[in-house]
Amino acid sequence: MKIWILHIAVLLALVLAQLVLPPYHANNLSRILVLAVFAMGYNISFGYAGLLSLGHALLFAAGMYGAGMLVHHAGMPALPALIAGGLAGGAMAGLVGLLALRTAGVSFMIVTLMFAQVGFLSILYFNGVTGGDEGIALTGPQRQILGLDMTQDTPRFWVALILFAIALLVKLALVQSRFGRLMLAMRENEERSRMLGLNPFGIKLKILVISGVFSGVAGAAYALLFGYLGGSFASVQYSILPMLYVLLGGAGTVLGPLLGAGLMFYLVDFTSGLTSAYLMVVGAALVVLVLFAPKGILGTLRERWLPWLP
Amino acid sequence: MMTKEANVFMPSRRAVLAGMGAAGLMTTTGLSRAAMAQGAPMKLGFQLHATGIGASYGRWYQRTADAAAKMINDMGGIGGRPIELVYEDDGTGPKRGAEVVDKLANQHGCEVIFGTLFSHVVMGSAPRAGELKIPYLVCSEGYHVASGALNRWTLQPGITDVRSQIQAMAPWVAANLGKKVTMVFPDYAFGHDHRDFFTAAIAAQGGEVIAHIAVPPTETSFTQYLPQIPAETEVLYHVMVGPGVLTFVKELGEFYGAGAGPKLFGFIDSLEAVDMATPGLEFLEGSHFWEAHSRVKPADAGEHEAAYRAAVGVDDNGASLSDPADVATFSHMFSAWETLFFIKQAMEASGYAGPADRQKLVETMEGISDLPYGVERPQGAKMFNGKTHQAFGTQNISQVQGGKLVRVHQTTMADGAYDDAVDYTAMSF
Repeated sequence: MKIWILHIAVLLALVLAQLVLPPYHANNLSRILVLAVFAMGYNISFGYAGLLSLGHALLFAAGMYGAGMLVHHAGMPALPALIAGGLAGGAMAGLVGLLALRTAGVSFMIVTLMFAQVGFLSILYFNGVTGGDEGIALTGPQRQILGLDMTQDTPRFWVALILFAIALLVKLALVQSRFGRLMLAMRENEERSRMLGLNPFGIKLKILVISGVFSGVAGAAYALLFGYLGGSFASVQYSILPMLYVLLGGAGTVLGPLLGAGLMFYLVDFTSGLTSAYLMVVGAALVVLVLFAPKGILGTLRERWLPWLP
Repeated sequence: MMTKEANVFMPSRRAVLAGMGAAGLMTTTGLSRAAMAQGAPMKLGFQLHATGIGASYGRWYQRTADAAAKMINDMGGIGGRPIELVYEDDGTGPKRGAEVVDKLANQHGCEVIFGTLFSHVVMGSAPRAGELKIPYLVCSEGYHVASGALNRWTLQPGITDVRSQIQAMAPWVAANLGKKVTMVFPDYAFGHDHRDFFTAAIAAQGGEVIAHIAVPPTETSFTQYLPQIPAETEVLYHVMVGPGVLTFVKELGEFYGAGAGPKLFGFIDSLEAVDMATPGLEFLEGSHFWEAHSRVKPADAGEHEAAYRAAVGVDDNGASLSDPADVATFSHMFSAWETLFFIKQAMEASGYAGPADRQKLVETMEGISDLPYGVERPQGAKMFNGKTHQAFGTQNISQVQGGKLVRVHQTTMADGAYDDAVDYTAMSF
C-alpha cells in the first residue's frame, strides 16, 4: 500500500509544483515529464531486464516521426497520431529486437547503435518527407488534443502529466507483476530462466517492445506538445540521454527516471549559465555518482534505507 | 506570464499564487515596471551557439552583438533606454534552443530574442517563440522563414536567405566560369537547398548541372566520390561543411594534381573562421567563393566598413585585431549587428515601451521595407519584405589570390529576387 501512496503523492506533488512554479520552471516540468516517460521506457529494458541499448533514439524518433508526419502530411488529429507514435515505437523495437536480441552484451549495444544510426541517416536522406536535419515545425491547429491547445502552457502540462501518470502506474503495475519478475530474471540470470523452461528471447522481445511503446509515446508527445520534429532527436545523443537519466536516478527503480531527467535537465540549465564547459561539469557529476552511488540516487536509497522501494 | 493560460481542470497558477499570498512577488513586479519607466536597461535575449557545431560562429556573433550594443548605448540606447544583451547557450541544438527561448523570455524577461544562426535551432525554437508571442529575429540564412514554414513572430531582417544568395550567384557563374556544373554537397538539408536552388538557377542561365554528388554527413574521406565527377565538368560547385572540409580540399587537390581540372566555385560557409593560407588549402588558389560580407576589406569598401571592423575588433584581413590567427566568421556575423539595429529602428518607430507592445512591434517591422546603407548596415543596403519576413541584400564573389579572398564581383538585390511564397501579415498572431 505504501508503494502506491508514495507514487500517488509524487503525482500530487507534481500538480502542486505546476501551480506554484514560475512559468519558466512550470514549462520545464512539462518537458521533464515527457523525457521521464522516455527514460522509463529505457529503464524497463536496461534497469529491469539488463538490456543495455545504445539505440533508443531510434525508438523515440519512431514515435516522433510516426506521430508528427501523420499530423503534418496526412492531417491526422493529434490524439490518434499520439497513439500511432506509441505503436510505431513498439513496432520499431520489435523489428530491431528480432535481430539485435540474437546478440548480447557489447554486441547488443553495437547492433542497437548501428540500427539507430541507420534511422538517423535515413531521416537526413529522405529530407523531402522528414524535413531532415532542419525538421518540421508543427502549427497550432495540428496540436490540439481533445480540444486542449498544446501551444498553451497549462493544458500542455496537464497532457504531459496524464501521460506521465499513465506511464508511471503502468510501469509500477508491470514491475510488481509476474512479468516484472521475469524481467528481473533476464537481468539476473538468463541461463537459469532458460533451464526453468522459459523462453528468454521471447521475454526480452516483449520487454523491448514495451520499452519501445514508452519511448515512442514520449517521442510523439515531444513533437505534439512542443511543436517540432527533427533529425537531431534520432542522433546518438538521444540514446545516451535516457541512459544518463536512468543511471542518475537509479536503474531498476520506478521513480528514478523522473528524478534523473529532472536533475540532468537542471544540471545543464544551471551550469550552462556559468560556463561554456558545462558538459565537463555534467561529466564530473556523473563520475562522482558512479564512484559514490553506482546504483543511482534512488537505487542507493533503496539499498541502504528503503528496501521496499520498487 | 506572456502566454495565455487556459483555465482547465484546475485553478490557474495566478490564482494559486495569489492564494498563497504572493504579494511580495507582485510588489517586485510593480517595482520593476517603475524602474523600466525610469530608463532601466532593456534586456534583449541572444540565442547563442556557444557550444556545439556552431561554436566558432557563436564566439564571433557574441563579439559582434556586443560591439553593436555598445554603439547603440553610446548613441543613447533604444528610445532613450540603454540595452543589455542576455546570452544563453543553446548548444547549437533545437531541443535546448526551444528551452533557451523560454528562459530568455520567462526567466530573464527579455523584450525580444535574436541572433540564431543554425537552421535546425531556428526550426525547433520558432514554435516556442510563437507560443510566447515574443519577436524572434533570426540570422540563419535559411529559406525556412520566407518559405512560410514558421510563424508571424519569426523574422529574418539581417541577412539574405540561401535561396536568394544562390540565385544571385548563378548568372556570374554561368557567364564567367562555365555552364556544365557538377555539384558536391553534404547529403542533408543544407546541401539539398543548394542542390535544388542552384540547379534551377543555373538552368535559367542556360547552364546545366551534369552531376549531383551527395556526400553522407558521416564521411571523413572523399576519395570514392571524386572519380564520379564527369570529365566534361567545367565548374565544380562545392558546399561541404564541417571538420571534413580541409580533407575534402586536400583530396580534391591530390585528385586533380597539377593537371587541368574544372574551375571551382564554393560557398564560404565551408571555410568560415579558417585562414585561406592554411597548409592544405593551396589547391583553392584562383578559385571563387560566395561571400555575403567580404572577409578581406575591398579597396572600394564603403565608408562605414572601417568603423564596423574597428568596433568588432577585426582587421582588414578579417582576423582578430589581437590575434591574426583568429579568423572571424566575417561573411555571416554582420547579421547580428544589423539585426540589432533593425530592432532599434522598429522599437523606436513603434514607440515600444514593454511586452504589451510586442504585436505592434512586429507590425512595425512588417511595415519597414527600405534599409539603406549606413553604420547600421555595414554589409550593404537591404530591402525587407514584410510579407515574407525576409531581407534581401547584395552578395559578393571573391577569388582566392595569394591566399586571400579578393572581391571580384558584387550582385544587385534584383539578382536574388524571387516570388513571395507566403504572406505572414495575413496570419494571426
